[in-house]
Amino acid sequence: MSTVAWLTQFLEVLAALTLAPLFLGWVNACRAWLQNRRAPSVLLPYHGIRKLFHKDAVIAASASPLFRLAPYVVFGAMVAAAAVIPSMGTGLPFRSAADAIALVGLLAIARVFMSLAAMDIGTAFGTLGARRDMMIGFLAEPALLMVIFVASLISATTALPLIAERVMVQPLALYPSLAFTAVAFTMVLLAENARIPVDNPATHLELTMIHEAMLLEYSARHLALMEWAAALKLFNYACIGFALFVPWGASIGETGIGPLALSIPALLAKLGVAGLWLALLETVSAKLRVFRAPEFMATAFMFAVLGLLVHLLLGA
Amino acid sequence: MQHTPFDLQLLNACAAILLLLSFAMLAQRRIVALVNLLALQGAMLFIATMLLAWRTGQNHLYVSAALTLGLKVIALPWLLHGLIKRLNVQWDSEPLLNVPGTMLIGLVTVVFSFGLAQPIAQLASTATRNSLGIAVAVILLAFITMITRRKAMSQVVGFLSMENGLFFGAMSATYGMPMIVEFGVALDVLVAMLVLGVFFFQIREQFDSLDLANLESLKEDQ
Repeated sequence: MSTVAWLTQFLEVLAALTLAPLFLGWVNACRAWLQNRRAPSVLLPYHGIRKLFHKDAVIAASASPLFRLAPYVVFGAMVAAAAVIPSMGTGLPFRSAADAIALVGLLAIARVFMSLAAMDIGTAFGTLGARRDMMIGFLAEPALLMVIFVASLISATTALPLIAERVMVQPLALYPSLAFTAVAFTMVLLAENARIPVDNPATHLELTMIHEAMLLEYSARHLALMEWAAALKLFNYACIGFALFVPWGASIGETGIGPLALSIPALLAKLGVAGLWLALLETVSAKLRVFRAPEFMATAFMFAVLGLLVHLLLGA
Repeated sequence: MQHTPFDLQLLNACAAILLLLSFAMLAQRRIVALVNLLALQGAMLFIATMLLAWRTGQNHLYVSAALTLGLKVIALPWLLHGLIKRLNVQWDSEPLLNVPGTMLIGLVTVVFSFGLAQPIAQLASTATRNSLGIAVAVILLAFITMITRRKAMSQVVGFLSMENGLFFGAMSATYGMPMIVEFGVALDVLVAMLVLGVFFFQIREQFDSLDLANLESLKEDQ
């Protein structure tokens, strides 16, 4: 492995860690603008995380070691996921481990630990949030896997960097199957990251909350890690979307320092557009009742399977 | 990956959108939106027919495209909207509909029809023969739409969507039916629509609603 490949890998993880809160802040700012509100600073998530790191942690008396462990596992899983997603270049040293199914597994580990930690204290809210999150997860995961299968069928590999590479190399063509799966992926992204049609990220202490309910017992550095992990998750999902559908701009294979330098503004531009798009989607849609969420996820699954079937039939 | 010409790619995209619209109709609860989806499906069919006519140079396809535009995009939706307004059922929605379940059944149907169409498509010599599976799927999905609905209005929309599927099937397997058959079918659909429109009023006069569950019991049972 060349030094440039390692540099790409290092830069990718660094970019994920530093840009994830910025991306979250950008989405929130766009949402505020679209709703005719004055936007909070784009840097607000950084301030929140920094503030939380300086506080003393309070832990419930009934907490088991798992409760303390969970934030580190969740955060670690998200960083590991960021390392295998080709956001800047496809010639990663971790390329052989960057299987899309393994990636879905990493995201599932984070979810399991988060739910276990939420149930650990034994409060009603935590258990409620964990159950709802598991419900969303078990409905969203098949859709996500189907999305990945379609991309894998088209490029004949399940390795995310290779998928991105093949999409960039092959001549441009109209793929209705990819368009369908892109819709499905967007829906999965919204559901998995507790965005508006499924969960409202702006509410706190409401009966409909899902993600917030699981974090109620956390404080200080644990909460900071959890929130940072949530930002990383959103960033990771956005980067998976880029790798599957719009990988252009990332450096292909093992190249020099030039394409790598070019991939940074490309990534920033893609993130900017994606943030605006997400904010727009969240502004025009209303939050669903929790019991309508399965319908939402079934639609995502339907889109993904339809993409698969259309690809198998039409070869497009 | 083999390279397909751009117009064929566009045709494939049209076929895929037709299938998607069938699913949208399957999940749609509101009658007004259902009619709009039907009009959209007709528009897609029109675009696909125009593309195919341009690609193959078969002039009679232009005529059937014009027929599609006139009948399925303009006349029938206009008639249906008029009926909805006169029957005052704009806010009607289907009460019993398990959307995830219906969609799963729909997906199984699509797999079934793709398998069904595969051997038939091998016999066809057209460039669009792969779309035959989609045409069969659209027909069967329209069937399911009709089966799962209780209101007379939505059943008629399902019936018209089935006709769309048949038309698309004929187009993709043999570049369209003979002109005389096509005119016959178009006239049939139009007449059926008018007759059913009269039926709607009769049904409502008898039962005070368009719910077809009322028709299931015999008179002697009451």
